[in-house]
Amino acid sequence: MGSLQVKKNAKQYDAVIVGSGAGGGMAAYVLANAGLSVCIIEAGPTYDPRTNVTQFKNPWESPRRGASTKFRPFGDFDACYCGWDIDGEPYTHISGTKWDWFRARMLGGRTNHWGRISLRFGPKDFKRRSIDGLGDDWPIGYEDIKPYYDKLDRLVGVFGSNEGLENDPDGIFLPPPRPRLHELFIKKGAQKVGVPVIPSRLSILTKPINEERGECIYCGQCNRACSVAYADFSSSSVLIRPAANTKNLDVIVNAMAREVLTNNEGLATGVSYVNKEDLQEYQVMGRVVILAASACESARILLNSKSARYPNGLANGSGVVGKYLHDSTGADMGGILPQLFGRKRYNEDGVGGAHIYSPWWAADKKLDFPRGYHIEYWGGMGMPSYGFGGGIESLNGRFPVNGVKKEAGGYGKSLKEDYRYFYGAGVGMAGRGEMIAVETNYCEIDPNAVDKYGIPVLRFHVKHSDYEIKQAKHMKETFKEILTAMGAIITYGDKDGPHNNWGLAAPGRIIHEAGTVRMGNDPRRSALNKWCQSHECKNLFCVDGGPFVSQADKNITWTILALSMRTSEYIVDEMKKRNL
Amino acid sequence: MDRRQSLKTIAVGALATGVLLESCKDAGDKQAGVQSKDDKGKITIDRHPDEVARYNKLIAETFFTPDEMALITILGDIIIPRDEVSGSASDAGVPDFIEFIVKDKPELQVPMRGGLRWLEVTTLKQKGKSFKDCTETERLEIIDQIAYPEKAKPEMAQGVAFFNLMRNLTASGFYTSPIGVADIGYQGNKPNKWNGVPDDVLQQYGLAYTERELKECVTYT
Repeated sequence: MGSLQVKKNAKQYDAVIVGSGAGGGMAAYVLANAGLSVCIIEAGPTYDPRTNVTQFKNPWESPRRGASTKFRPFGDFDACYCGWDIDGEPYTHISGTKWDWFRARMLGGRTNHWGRISLRFGPKDFKRRSIDGLGDDWPIGYEDIKPYYDKLDRLVGVFGSNEGLENDPDGIFLPPPRPRLHELFIKKGAQKVGVPVIPSRLSILTKPINEERGECIYCGQCNRACSVAYADFSSSSVLIRPAANTKNLDVIVNAMAREVLTNNEGLATGVSYVNKEDLQEYQVMGRVVILAASACESARILLNSKSARYPNGLANGSGVVGKYLHDSTGADMGGILPQLFGRKRYNEDGVGGAHIYSPWWAADKKLDFPRGYHIEYWGGMGMPSYGFGGGIESLNGRFPVNGVKKEAGGYGKSLKEDYRYFYGAGVGMAGRGEMIAVETNYCEIDPNAVDKYGIPVLRFHVKHSDYEIKQAKHMKETFKEILTAMGAIITYGDKDGPHNNWGLAAPGRIIHEAGTVRMGNDPRRSALNKWCQSHECKNLFCVDGGPFVSQADKNITWTILALSMRTSEYIVDEMKKRNL
Repeated sequence: MDRRQSLKTIAVGALATGVLLESCKDAGDKQAGVQSKDDKGKITIDRHPDEVARYNKLIAETFFTPDEMALITILGDIIIPRDEVSGSASDAGVPDFIEFIVKDKPELQVPMRGGLRWLEVTTLKQKGKSFKDCTETERLEIIDQIAYPEKAKPEMAQGVAFFNLMRNLTASGFYTSPIGVADIGYQGNKPNKWNGVPDDVLQQYGLAYTERELKECVTYT
C-alpha cells in the first residue's frame, strides 16, 4: 500500500445520500426535482435492467440452470447482486444469537428483485403500544403519512382493490389481475376456514401511468427487473433514472461509506468513503447528509462516526442506535393439488408474484401472541429451473399416474410421463408477520473485527421471543387448515413443532430489517425526530428501515418510500426557510 | 448435437419431429454446462466480474474422469430415454450439465463420485464386469435394485440414495434444456396479456370468476 491520501470532491452538494435503494432513491428523486444538487454514493456498481438483462432468458442460458450462488442467492437470473455472504465484508454474532444479514451491493439495491408487495401500514400500526402495551408508539400517525402514500401510489403505481379494511387502508389502485387457477383453489379453501383472500397489492403497472414506463407484459419475472417496460418498481428504474435526467444528481458507484463527517459545531459536513476500484479514500461534502444504506448499514455508519463531540457515534447520545433491530416473522408450508394433475398447459406466468393475498384477519380474536401476519401464496406452471422434478420419488408412488398405480421412484419412459403429470400442481404459502421490536435485540460495532476496507463491522445479538414462536405456530395451524380445505396434500412444512420454533425463519431471513435508528419524540429514547431528522445533528437524516418504531404485519418498502418522500419534502422546506 | 445424432433423433421422433428439429438446433447453439454467449462472444445474461471470474475458474477444471462421464451418460439415458415426445438426457446435454453443477456445488462431488463407484463395485460383485460392459438387461437388473426406494433391500440403501440424486440431477438438467422445456409444455417466458384462466379450463374445474373480479380486474383486448 502506498501512502494513503484523502481526496476531497471539489463540489459542495446540497445533499449527500448514502445508498440508492427505496429510501435513497426516493430522497434523490424529490430533492433533485426540487432543484437541489444531490450526490448518491452507492457501495455497488451501476445497474439498469435494460443493459443488465436477465429477463426473458431461458433456463439453459445459465450453466447452472438458474441455481443460486452466493453472488445471487435467489437464483442465477435474479437481479440482485450479493446477499448473505460478501467476500471481505464479514459480520459477527454474540454467541447463541442469530441474525442473517442480506446486503445488496448495486444501484437500486434490493428493490431490483423484491416482491413488489406494496402495503400501507394501517392506523393501528403506528400506535401499537397504546393498544397492547408492547414496544412504542410512533411519533406520527396514519393521518401524517396518508398524503404521502397517496402521492406514492400515483407516482410509482400499485395495483390492488379497495376493501374498506380498518387496518389495511385503501389506496389509489390500478386494476389487479384475475387470480390464476391454483389461486382460485386457494381462495375457495381459505374462505372455507375463515381466512379472507383479496387481490394482491403490488407495485407493478397493469396499466401505464406515464410516458416513461410501459404496461406489464406478464412474464412473472419482476425479480429479474423489468427491462422491457420498467413496469415494476425498482428504485434504479423508477426514481434514480428520472432524478438523473434533471442533471441535478451525481451518482458515485462502488463507493463504500466509512463515516459521516462533522464539524466543530457538531453539524454533518459530508461523508467519507473508500472507492472500491482504486481503494483510495474520498470525501464528498453536502449541506445535509441522508443515510439510506439499509437499517443495519446506516446504524453501522453512525456508530463508526465517532468524534470528541460524539463519543458513542453520531446521533447516538441516547444509545439507541443499533437497538430495537427487528425483521418480519416467516414460516411456510406447501403441497400439491391433485385436482391439477395432468392439467392443460397455457401461459399463466402472470405478474411477478401472487395475484392474491390474505391480510391479517384475526385482530379481534383472543390469541396467545400479539400482533399478526399476512399470507403470501405461490404455485402453478412456472418456468423449469434447477431443482425441477426434485423428489419425484416421494410423489409418483403416492398417486396413480393417469390412472395407473406405480412403484415410487423408477426411471425411463414411465418416469417421463410422471414428470409431465405432476408439473404445475404445486402450491405453497408463507406468513409474514410482526416481530416485536425490543431493546435487547441489537447490532453493535464488533471491537475486534474490521472488513477488508478497515471499516469496523457489525456484531449482532438477536433472539426471537415466545411472541414470534407462537405466531409461527398459529401460521402453521392456519396453513394446514387452508391446504386441507382446498384438497391439497401437504408435502413440506408440516413436521415443525416446539423443537424448531415451529419452523420460524431465523431473524433477518425475511430481509425486512428495521428499527436501528428509530424515530421518537423523546431524544433520550430515540435517534430521530418525527421527520427522520437526528435530534442531535439537525442536518443528518435517515430514510431506510432504520427509523421504524415497529414493523407491522406488512412488508416495509412502501412505508420506507412514503417516509422518505415526507422527509425529503421537509428538507426542501427547511432549506427554503434557511433552517438547514 | 452433430448431424448424425440429429438424423437419428428425427427417425425416432416422427411424432414430434417439428419440436425435435427446433430443439436440436437450440441444443447445438447452447451447449450444456457452458455459459451461453451470443454471436459476438458476449455472455447472454447479466454477469458481474466476480461471477465471470468464478465461471472461468470452474470451466478450467475437470471433475469427472472419462469413465465416470461415460457411466453418467448411460445412467442419464436410462433415467430419461428418448420417447414419442422428446429426446434423451444425453440428447439434452445432461452429462455436461452434471459435470458443471458438481463443480459449482462441491457438496455434490463426494455423493456423485462415491455413488458411481458404489455402482461399479456392486455391478462387479454381481455380474463380474463393469456396468458399461453389461448388456441392457444386466444393467437394468442392477438399476431395478436401487430405483425403487420403497421396495429396495436395506443393503441397497446407499445405491438408492445415489440413484435418487442421479435422477434429480438428470431431471434438473433435462427439463431446463430446450428439449425438456418443450417436453414439459411450459408456455411462458414471453410477453403476454393475462386475462385470467382460459374459459375451458374454468369449466373443466367447475370454477368461475366472481362478478366483482370480472368487473374490477384488468382485462386486455
